[in-house]
Amino acid sequence: MSDSEEQPGADVVLEVRGLTKRFGPVVADSEVTLQLRRGEVLALLGENGAGKSTLVKMLVGLLRPDAGEIRIGGDVVRLRSPRDAIGRGIAVVHQHFQLVPVMTVAENVVLGAEPTRRGLFDHRKAAAEVRALSQRFGLAVEPDAVVQDLPIGMQQRVEIIKALYRGAEILILDEPTAVLTPVETDELLRIVAELAERGVGIIFITHKLREVMNGTDRVVVLRDGRVVGDVATADTDEAGLAALMVGRPVVLHVDKEPATPGATVLEIRGLEVDDDRGRLAVRGLDLDVRAGEILGIAGVQDNGQRELVEAICAMRPRRAGTVVLAGREVEGLDVRALHDLGVAHIPEDRDKHGLVGGYFVAENLVLNRFDQAPFSRWGRRDFAAIQRWARQLIADFDVRTPSVYARTDALSGGNKQKVVVARELSRESVLLVAAQPTRGVDVGSIEFIHQQLVAARDRGVAVLLVSAELEELFALSDRIAVIREGRVAAVLDAKSATRETVGLIMAGAAGH
Amino acid sequence: MNLDRLRPAILPVAAVVVALTIGAVIVAVDGSSPLGAATAIWVAAFSGPDAIGATLEKATPLVFAGLAVIVGVKAGLFNIGAQGQLLVGAITSAYAGYRFAGLSPLVHLPLCLLIGVVFGALPAWLAGVLRAKRGVHEVIVTIMLNTIIFNLTDWLAGGPWMEPGQVISRTPPIVGSARMGRVAGLPTGFVLAMLVTVAVWFMLEHTTFGFRLATVGANRHAAHYAGISVGAVTVAAMTLSGALAGLGGAVESLGVVGRFEPGFNAGLGFDGITIALLARVSPRAVVPAALFIGALRASSSELQAGAHVAPAIVDVVLGVALLLVAAPLLLRWLLRMPPSLSTAEVQFTRGWGS
Repeated sequence: MSDSEEQPGADVVLEVRGLTKRFGPVVADSEVTLQLRRGEVLALLGENGAGKSTLVKMLVGLLRPDAGEIRIGGDVVRLRSPRDAIGRGIAVVHQHFQLVPVMTVAENVVLGAEPTRRGLFDHRKAAAEVRALSQRFGLAVEPDAVVQDLPIGMQQRVEIIKALYRGAEILILDEPTAVLTPVETDELLRIVAELAERGVGIIFITHKLREVMNGTDRVVVLRDGRVVGDVATADTDEAGLAALMVGRPVVLHVDKEPATPGATVLEIRGLEVDDDRGRLAVRGLDLDVRAGEILGIAGVQDNGQRELVEAICAMRPRRAGTVVLAGREVEGLDVRALHDLGVAHIPEDRDKHGLVGGYFVAENLVLNRFDQAPFSRWGRRDFAAIQRWARQLIADFDVRTPSVYARTDALSGGNKQKVVVARELSRESVLLVAAQPTRGVDVGSIEFIHQQLVAARDRGVAVLLVSAELEELFALSDRIAVIREGRVAAVLDAKSATRETVGLIMAGAAGH
Repeated sequence: MNLDRLRPAILPVAAVVVALTIGAVIVAVDGSSPLGAATAIWVAAFSGPDAIGATLEKATPLVFAGLAVIVGVKAGLFNIGAQGQLLVGAITSAYAGYRFAGLSPLVHLPLCLLIGVVFGALPAWLAGVLRAKRGVHEVIVTIMLNTIIFNLTDWLAGGPWMEPGQVISRTPPIVGSARMGRVAGLPTGFVLAMLVTVAVWFMLEHTTFGFRLATVGANRHAAHYAGISVGAVTVAAMTLSGALAGLGGAVESLGVVGRFEPGFNAGLGFDGITIALLARVSPRAVVPAALFIGALRASSSELQAGAHVAPAIVDVVLGVALLLVAAPLLLRWLLRMPPSLSTAEVQFTRGWGS
């Protein structure tokens, strides 16, 4: 791969020089310069708002740069649309897939450039082309499978084949692992390496440092729209990259004292909960969480985690079982009643459940307390009190926002999450349910949120942490419960458990 | 004066100006004088106390209808049944207005208004319940209820509640104790409309109920997470929307028509949708929007008689203005306005089942 051949300019397929993009007074990208070589995996690393997305949009013709140039194979190009970009061999696989769920893999791949026979769509040829591509690049897919039946990791593979079918030689993967399980992530990294070996140049956008270290050849780090680092992956380490990204040293390891667990706060017995389609997702689950401990829930996605969390917080009805909070059965209580009993909840999907995007930051900071004193009296809202409270929380939780009256959806992912965390941790609670508390959040904010969770534990709050990241579970948890098919398969002491054991139980391999 | 607060007005005002200009061109092409048409509108709608009174009377039910649609939209509901609810309010208050003769005006008039409110709210409440409990889309239910109500009111006015000894389908006249007159030259109905506008604005902007309603409209998943009962808010918002439309109908019967006569209230509820859009779903802008439409409606006979312009031009102008507000990109392109001046264009309704 590229580190072996150090001739400058050799095999450069994509070169970006001095690329600048402004939005009014905001400079999104400032004189960004980088090179991508044939067969190279280049990590593009940066916090939310560092200018990664803007750069990608310029590379695929969705935005036009204010200054600078893009060269492909040595020629300066002007990209006016994604069609232009794909014509030049640049394709992007977005975080949200652009597939037609009811169509087959082959149909999705050829969509827009269908092979025809006597003017009619040629099914057989489409399937054959997909099969040929999947063999050539080592991407196993079944051309006749219907996309909606495929797991997420497989759908992503279809997106990649789609790009290759259109002749992509430069592939941009936009946070490809955000939606994947650990197993699927490893599989993707293997695929990426294979594609690179066959000469595809890959830009891999992520803010997960472990993936950068394991799967890429070179790293370009963006901060505030500028390139602040361009290094061979072998010459750096996670701590060094994190510091470049954030602009200061970052504590990746969470410092915490041993837990001093108290009484059992949450006691769940025989819980059964349906999913959205009415199928049993939680099937007779038992769980205890004690005051002053962090209990981590590990599990492959869709093994009942979401339904468990929503049932605990009364957002979803249960079918059977008991949930006892601080000695009291909470059957029949609604979301607000549980909230008033001291249940705080960081929901897994902040944009869907945790926030109202069109609201001011201040309004989201009181989203589940807007009708309580001092934020309202006699049904009339007190905007002065809301504003004072919001100012306080923004300062305490370091939310980066232009003002308390900024629209929340204008904030970066990390800052949106801090709004949720600030709201949920800023009041007395006995139980904190934190679902994917750092999903899609930048490194600097992850560090802060982790510290807040540990601080809550140290105040004596019982913390139930659900996370798809094993690193996060091991960094924070005192005990780890592995959930599989809606039941707790094992509860392990976090100090003695290993990634391998947990991974095996998650997959159902160990005899638990 | 904070100019930023006027910013949301730029788009609707520009839309109205463009629509009037297009209207003038059509009038000219048709061989009449645009200046003559403008004069006719001025004479009929603004030239003296009588003209202004007529404009205000035309605008009054439109204010209620506009508020009704806005309350629904804020909660993410498209109450296309404002027309039917308004008719129910109009006929029930008219019935109470002629049937309960002999009461003191202090009792009779409020009673008639209340009856209009309650019965107007009824069909909307039904649509809200069906939406909340069974997930039936309120657009479907209110459209079907409209049809039922149109025919039901026609039948009542031409049958059991018809004025005896007459050939026209209409109820007997409302007695004096239930009529809304004028205070200080202003139609009482219009004064009531202004008061209700302030009340709705206060409710939406300053109360916890208004916040619940807006949160359900903006993101019902987040509302559920925050402990707001999405179903209860849906029912409450639809009911309130229908109550406002019903009140509009009652004011029209008691203050303008003086009885219920099918056809007199046609289109008022649908104009409410136009007003909600022109006002960009802000109660504060409802009165100016209603006055604009009221003035055009008040001048339709003068346009025909004085300027020999087909009164249908009024609907053309309204249609163009509505199109431009609903399709802001078109207007921005026409006027070479920079993209997205405000953070959000009006999102009027959501997709099916979302």
